[in-house]
Parts: sequence; C-alpha cells; structure tokens
Amino acid sequence: MITAGIDCGAKNTKTVIMKNGKIIGKGKVLTGFDQNQAILESFESACRSAVISGDQVETICGTGSGKDSVKKAIPRTRELVNDLKAMGKAAHYFFPGARTVADVGAEEGRAAKLDEMGNTLDFAVNEKCAAGAGAFIEAMSRALDTELNDLGPMALQSDTEIPMNAQCAIFAESEVVGLIHAKTKKEDISKAIHDAMAGRIVSMIRSIGVNEDVVMIGGVAHNPGFVAAMKKQLGIEAIHIPGEPDYGMAVGAAVAAGELAS
Amino acid sequence: MAEEKKQEFWRWTESNWANPDVDWKRARFITVGIDVGSVSSQAVIMADGEIYAYGNMRTGSDSPNSARNALSFALEKTDMKEGRIDYCIGTGYGRVNVPFANRSITEIACHARGANFIYGPEVRTVLDVGGQDIKAIQCDEKGKVTNFLMNDKCAAGTGRGMEVFADLLGVPVTEVGDRSFQVDKEPDAVSSTCVVYAKSEATGLLRKGWSINDVLAAYCRAMAERIYSLLERIGVTPAFAMTGGMAKNKGVVNRLVPMVGLEAAKTMWDTQIAGAAGAALFGHALCLRGKGK
Repeated sequence: MITAGIDCGAKNTKTVIMKNGKIIGKGKVLTGFDQNQAILESFESACRSAVISGDQVETICGTGSGKDSVKKAIPRTRELVNDLKAMGKAAHYFFPGARTVADVGAEEGRAAKLDEMGNTLDFAVNEKCAAGAGAFIEAMSRALDTELNDLGPMALQSDTEIPMNAQCAIFAESEVVGLIHAKTKKEDISKAIHDAMAGRIVSMIRSIGVNEDVVMIGGVAHNPGFVAAMKKQLGIEAIHIPGEPDYGMAVGAAVAAGELAS
Repeated sequence: MAEEKKQEFWRWTESNWANPDVDWKRARFITVGIDVGSVSSQAVIMADGEIYAYGNMRTGSDSPNSARNALSFALEKTDMKEGRIDYCIGTGYGRVNVPFANRSITEIACHARGANFIYGPEVRTVLDVGGQDIKAIQCDEKGKVTNFLMNDKCAAGTGRGMEVFADLLGVPVTEVGDRSFQVDKEPDAVSSTCVVYAKSEATGLLRKGWSINDVLAAYCRAMAERIYSLLERIGVTPAFAMTGGMAKNKGVVNRLVPMVGLEAAKTMWDTQIAGAAGAALFGHALCLRGKGK
C-alpha cells in the first residue's frame, strides 16, 4: 500500500511517500506565493524520487498551515490532518518512546504531550508571534549579515551568556545592531539569539510538562545552535531528532493516510 | 536599487521651536522636561509652567548624549543658557540616563500630565503610541493617572512597526498616512499580531499585484486594530487624546477613531512633546513648593 503526506508550510511544502510504513520518496519545494503549484510540484518530485507515478499513490493526506490548499490542488486528498495529530504521529513513527514533541517551523511553534501511541494529551501553540518561530532566527541572520545555515554552528563556538532584552523580533533586530556596534563577537550574539529563541519554546514545553523522550521536528531542528540551547535549558541529555526533521509533519500525514487506508 | 536602499524612509522630521512672546528673563522658574524614548527624545523648556521652547529629535545609540542633544537643540532657538534652568526632570525609557536631571518620573505619569496640559483638563483617556510601546492611560481632571495598560513587548502597533513598513515599501513615513487613503477600496487588514508576519504577508500581496497604497492601507488598518485592542481592554472615557509620534499618522488615526467611536482631541502642539511637557510641569510644581534648588 502506497500513501502520501503533504505538509504545506509557511516557507516550504514537503511531500513524503510511504510504502507499507516505509518512506520511499520525498520532495520539498519553496511554498512561495502559489500554494497549489508548490503542492503539485512537491508531490511530483516525491513521486519521482520514489520512482512511482502519482496514480500509484492510494491515499493522500494533507497538513500544515496551508492544508486547505492541498485539497484544492489534489481533490482526491482523503483527509486533512490536524497539525497536532500529524506531529504526534511523526514523533511516534520515528521514536516510539516519544512523550513530548516540539515542532518548530518557519512561522509556528508547537509542543505536545503524547501517550504511548502518539496521541496528543495536551498541547501549546504559537502561531501569532515570530519570536517563537524560525522567522525569528531568519530575521536575526539578516541583522547579523550571516547566512542562516551558518548561524547555528557559529553559536556553538561561544560559551558567553548575553541576555537579550527584546522579545519581539523587530526589537531584537535593533538590539543585535546595538551589540554589533558595541563590538560584541558575532559568535556571542549568535548564541544569545539561539538562547532567547530556545527559551520561548522551552517555556511552551514546560507549560505542558517535560516528559522524556523529547522529540523535535520542523526545519529549525536542523539548527545545532538551537538544539544545544534547548537541551541546556530543558536540562536533558538528549533531544531525539529524525534525519530530516523538516519532513516530520509530512511523515505524520503519510502515517495517518496509512491508518485510514487499512 | 542600491541607491534606493540608502534613503532612510523611516526618517521623520526633527524639529525645534521657541515662543518669541515668552519673556523668560522675567520668569520665576525655568523648568525642563527631557523625555528620552527608544526612538525619539524631546526636551521642553517651560517658563513658569508655559512652554517656551522645545526640541524633538531621534534618539541616538546612547541615552546620555540623546538627552544632552535634545536640550541643546531646544536651546538653539533661544538666547537662554543652560545655567538658567532651575529644575530638570528626566522621563521615558532612558530617564535614568539623563545625567543633568534633578530627578526622574515615569513616562506614564508625564504623558497624562502633559496631555492634560496640551489638550486641556477634560481629557480622561490618553493613548500614547511611541517608538517601541503603546500606553493607554486613564486620568483625572488634574492629569493624574488613575489606570493604565501598556504593551512594550511587541512591535505590532508601535512606531517602530510603522518604520519597518515605510522601509519595506520605500515610502517616506511622513507620507504613509496620505497615501494609505489613495485607494479605490479599503482593503482588509494584514496580520495585526506580528510585524514580521505582516511583512511577509505584504510581500505576498505586492506580488499578487496590490499597489503600494493598497498595502499601506491594509497595514494602517492592522496597526489601528492592534492599538484599539489595548484601548478596548481599558475602556475609553471622553475626552480622548493621542500623544506620541503615531498621533501624526492620519492613516492610523483616521482608521482608529471610528473604532473608538469618539473624536480625538485636537491640539496646536507637537504630539511628541507631551511626555517632556508633563515632566517640565512636574518640575514647575516642585519649584512652587520650594523643592527646587
């Protein structure tokens, strides 16, 4: 049985193809301003990587902030999966011991408490403020004039703690410029940025309780500076992250599609 | 494009002014209020409780200099020397960094007192929208604060949020108000909760073919909605007055007023000097009670 999960996010749209519970194909494109096109392209690209034709996919589920467009772009989409459900399924798929999952994407941050089957018991969501989402780090990389992908590794080179006063990304940009003018090392500023951002996700997780294993998915989980700051603030040894965390939600949707089909 | 980037669209007009009809030499007390905000700084010089001169300029990277510069800017228009000042009060976000101040007072108290002076004693609700915060203040007929609410955590609805948009759209911030009304049809607001998200939404709308004026209208509406959400929580008792830089932005004010359901009070004064004027008035009151130097 072949299923697909499509996650239409604020920044990227991702599709995962699964065959009998195993991932056989993936596709990712920038969402841009035409969600429909992004959905079709990511689906086609995933089918190509799985070496199948789109028709061979039996069941499709959509998720993510642009999930409504998945149904429009591909009308035979079986179901639109709630974001919290998709993240729970994904965490459970990769790490059956998962009891807490955090999904940090470009414009949203979420944390959920899971039972042993990956069902959501409690959750906290931020989708209103860039301070608790990947957009915060992106804005800071512009202020620091550093490539987004270099920012996390840069933070790891610092062990200086500089508190950031600003919570808002807009105010934090001015603060970063101030730190640059004060000749603060880029590494130290970068660490301050990741510490501040991790603090907000950690307080969201704390509001629902920290229960190991802690799993993280979403594009921001690629960022080693952020993950290190999270571990330190949560006071835990390990945060479990799948190989390609940005595909997490799509995997969750593909798993949900498999459950519907069987 | 590189050239365009250099133009600073956020830059609003700095100003200084002195009233030639005030004979400061005969005044009993000269008091000064310095309001060092996150974005702008003002100095108001009062002669016996009347505004004699003021300076309004952008806050630099360090507060002590900004306070000094604002005062020098105000004095520039006069023939007064700094030594003539009897009492000086610092207020605003950088109030502890006014080295020559005799004392400091919170900007909430100063804005209420200042609004009472520049708009008149009937003012009961003061909305101050500054560079990095929004304050909704309720006060009595003497300008004494009875209640207030403040947002200083988030750029949505603040002057800084407007500057970011002026830069994004390449429209001088002083033209935003007029241009936001040059639209065929008033559009829906963009995200009113976060400036970062509003920015990405606006970029999307421009690509969809919206005109810059349409996007400005949608953003001014979002700002008004955000500001109103704070006012709504504290309640608006007439008369309603606005202070701070945003009070000069018609695009936001004319969209906010129908939400409030009350006209905003009018004044001849620069709305940005309210806090500093309030501080100078507190100084004057202290001098009258013999607590000056």
